[in-house]
Amino acid sequence: MTHLPLYQQLLDSCAALLLLLSFAMLSQRRVVALVNLYAVQGAVLAATTLLLAWRTGEDHLYVSAALTLALKVMLLPWLLHRLIRRLQVHRDTEPLLNVSGIMLVGLVIVVFAFSLAQPITRLASTATRSAIGIALAVVLLAFLMMITRRKAVSQVMGFLSMENGVLFGAMSASYGMPMIVELGIALDVLVAVLVLGVFFFQIRERFDSLDLHHLESLKEHQ
Amino acid sequence: MNAIDWITQVLEVVVAVAAAPAFLGWLNQCRAWLQNRRAPSLWLPYRNLHKLFHKEAVIAASASPLFRIAPYVVFGTMVVAAAIIPSMSTRLPLVGSADAIALVGLFAAARMFMTLAAMDVGTAFGTLGARREMMVGFLAEPALLMVIFVASQISSSTALPVITDHLASGHLGLSPGLAFSAVAFILVLLAENARIPVDNPATHLELTMIHEAMLLEYSARHLALMEWAAQLKLFNYACIGFALFLPWGVARAHIGPMGLAVAIPALAIKLAVAGAALALIETVSAKMRVMRIPEFLATAFLFAVLGLLVHVLLKA
Amino acid sequence: MALLLLLILPLVGAALLGAGGAHRRAPEVNAAFSLATLLAACGLAVRVIRHGDLLLGREQFFIDPFNVFLVTLTAFVGLTTALFSRPYMRIELDHGRLTPGKLRLYHSMYQLFMFTMLLALTTNNMGLMWVAMEGATLSTVLLVTLYRTPASLEAGWKYFILCGVGIAQALFGTVLLYVAAEKVLGSQGVTALLWTHLDAVKSQLEPTVLALAFVFLLVGYGTKVGLVPLHSWLPDAHAEGPTPISAVLSGLLLNVALYTVVRSKVLVEGSVHSQLPSRLLMGFGLVSVVVAALLLWRQRDIKRLFAYSSIEHMGIATFAFGMGGPIANFAALLHMTVHSLTKSSIFFTAGHAAQNAGTQAMDRIRGLITLSPTVGWGLMLGSLAILGVPPFGVFTSEFLILTTAMRAQPWATPILLAALAVAFAAIFSKVQPMVFGETTGRPLPHAPALLPVFAHLAIVLLLGLYIPHYLADWYRAAAHLIGG
Repeated sequence: MTHLPLYQQLLDSCAALLLLLSFAMLSQRRVVALVNLYAVQGAVLAATTLLLAWRTGEDHLYVSAALTLALKVMLLPWLLHRLIRRLQVHRDTEPLLNVSGIMLVGLVIVVFAFSLAQPITRLASTATRSAIGIALAVVLLAFLMMITRRKAVSQVMGFLSMENGVLFGAMSASYGMPMIVELGIALDVLVAVLVLGVFFFQIRERFDSLDLHHLESLKEHQ
Repeated sequence: MNAIDWITQVLEVVVAVAAAPAFLGWLNQCRAWLQNRRAPSLWLPYRNLHKLFHKEAVIAASASPLFRIAPYVVFGTMVVAAAIIPSMSTRLPLVGSADAIALVGLFAAARMFMTLAAMDVGTAFGTLGARREMMVGFLAEPALLMVIFVASQISSSTALPVITDHLASGHLGLSPGLAFSAVAFILVLLAENARIPVDNPATHLELTMIHEAMLLEYSARHLALMEWAAQLKLFNYACIGFALFLPWGVARAHIGPMGLAVAIPALAIKLAVAGAALALIETVSAKMRVMRIPEFLATAFLFAVLGLLVHVLLKA
Repeated sequence: MALLLLLILPLVGAALLGAGGAHRRAPEVNAAFSLATLLAACGLAVRVIRHGDLLLGREQFFIDPFNVFLVTLTAFVGLTTALFSRPYMRIELDHGRLTPGKLRLYHSMYQLFMFTMLLALTTNNMGLMWVAMEGATLSTVLLVTLYRTPASLEAGWKYFILCGVGIAQALFGTVLLYVAAEKVLGSQGVTALLWTHLDAVKSQLEPTVLALAFVFLLVGYGTKVGLVPLHSWLPDAHAEGPTPISAVLSGLLLNVALYTVVRSKVLVEGSVHSQLPSRLLMGFGLVSVVVAALLLWRQRDIKRLFAYSSIEHMGIATFAFGMGGPIANFAALLHMTVHSLTKSSIFFTAGHAAQNAGTQAMDRIRGLITLSPTVGWGLMLGSLAILGVPPFGVFTSEFLILTTAMRAQPWATPILLAALAVAFAAIFSKVQPMVFGETTGRPLPHAPALLPVFAHLAIVLLLGLYIPHYLADWYRAAAHLIGG
């Protein structure tokens, strides 16, 4: 075992935690708990950014960490919780078929993501480059979550978690993106959640439920 | 091979066999305290064994010789297992004969004899217990193997003493891979030793019991051996856990009276803490339905594989 | 200055219409802003033609022949669609399908959508381009669900989720691009996502990472282009949204998305020195053409029919960009232009036809020629144009693509030809009874404002007969830029 410096160990632990959180989201049945997991994911992401900022001394990373903290740990979960309460879906649970099967697929995805990330890992020169595979895995796991869920809120949580994964990838591969792009991304995510809020109310008003099986009529006419 | 090594080896097995009932007694005591009950004596398991050894054995007429042999085989396997787990020292003459994978195999052999014996008499409960035991076993074993693989990935060896040696020497710090596999190991330990979320050793409810169902036909010295083997198994699992995740205090390289003088109290402290921790887990968690056990063990497997993946991923 | 106006105008328009979009004169204001935007775009185009490429705003914006022609096209179709939507949305309001509040949302979002597309086209920053593309999705999601019918909600949801996932893949691709670029351009991070800088050093970028980045970018932006198998949002969103939105989605957004793909391809091709980007584009393009052509047969909804036709044509253009080379690129650019003009004019007429019939089901739309000759002829001519009947411009571009394919990729030619034939038969057999069939319906009470339709078709016809030399030069310059 090589002697890794402490911050490296912390960063690795954050990466591992993110992966674990992805699996937790994948297997979580309760909608409210999903939002909380998302908030924790945001917190881990913010902690990673902060660590990197402290390590590299780059100012824009401090801003980015603050942005993540404000947006993903506080504002968005708060908005989502409010939304869930007002839509009265806070007791919703989702029957998940075959959790173990989904988990196994998830494991395969992690391996796949790892092999896919190899060339990037070789190229990157950051202290966190080994986490790129994990970032990719988080993205793909979120994708898997979106495929396996039937509730609108859970799909959105998958979408948001996917974006977290991408940002973590950016963080670990190149210490974040240029500030202007990060601001733009944050703005887009915020607007996306707001649009979704409106959207949920529209769906709710029309179908009296946020179950997506109502939304399966538009298929090709056989 | 010097003599001290052999003495340590013998000492280790003797301690394991002797202390195993006390470990269970301690666990039960802690649990009782946590549940605000008056705790039974630490020596209750010994008295129980003593009592059973002095009773007359009754064996079903339909039982085959396998039924009689099984307790000895199971007990013997556990003693051998105790000999190859480096609980006090990493310089044991016998450990060279089997690595961690063989250890898992030993446990599997014991399980097989136990389930065969349970089905041997042909009662409904025995078969039921055996079936459930096999279900738990075939899900828990891969998880346990994965846990061991994580540790052997780190130390590039599957021999337990080498792993322990390596882990005890390195400034490991935070290893997420190892942390994940530690969680997985605890889950496997609970399942394999019929502890609470999976099985309840204190009841004989036919809907839920696994381990107890297999022992229903046994009496007297056979039952005593089976119970002692179960206690030894718990002890062994705890020691595997120490070897993989808490290797500090084990006498390494230059063994001498000094090393052992540290190792024995260290083991005692670790056992005491582990017993209390297990009691805590058992107290705060509720027994789950049998149908949920595969999910529980799948989680363990997931943790173990994640540990392995995270370790490999972050190393690259 | 022109660029500033180009971007500011729609933004101001969005704010203004957001505040007072329910006003009686809002449609006129909408059109006026679109006109001003078009003038700004023309000003920009003139500057680029005279002085060559422009780098503006601390290099954050980059204008070259390739994007300036798309900017002009976007602004032009934006204007004609605004003109078309003026009477069309009034009728919808009279029919009670819309409320003034929804109309306000519509007008405001329309301008915002224009802004995001123009931003995506003019920005030099690959990251900002991503932000703008995501913005384009977000601004149109609520427009697709404007009618609040179950079907439109479903379409909007699909649109949001699929494009959201797609765009997240594109973001990952952008991150990878940045990682590769940072190696070469230094870790300051300021210039590492600027297309011009990337273009200058593209041969030094790490090939494997760029190849991976391209796959992510192609999947991401390709979802927005509507490439099969990532297309399933497209027909729903086109069919369920209001007609002006179908027209701009099909005529403009798909172009912009394809533009982003091509921009990425230029970078990647300079790095990987392999056929991978070309093959991927050709593969996706060909599959889109074939699948869309086959699915055309199954359609019963007039807007879905032409939505699938859009997938088919985007496939053709993608295939042509995949082949690369001056002629194929030229043809692809021409194809983007004529498809955009023709398809939006078709949606205009189809919208009127459906509005009059009270349904989008094709078997209930009959005898348009007797009900309203302008709508009938508009639909017929538009369909003929989109099917590539000479002398319309689509014929020219498809002809060029096919002849190039015969030389460069002979194996693909029969597949393309067969798909085009299938599409021809499918669309023609469905449009013919709609236009000429027996009808019992009453003629339209008022003449529809179809000036945009005939203006578009006239341009398409013109492009088929004769491409003015400055336009040809322009295309050639853009085609040269794309290279390949």
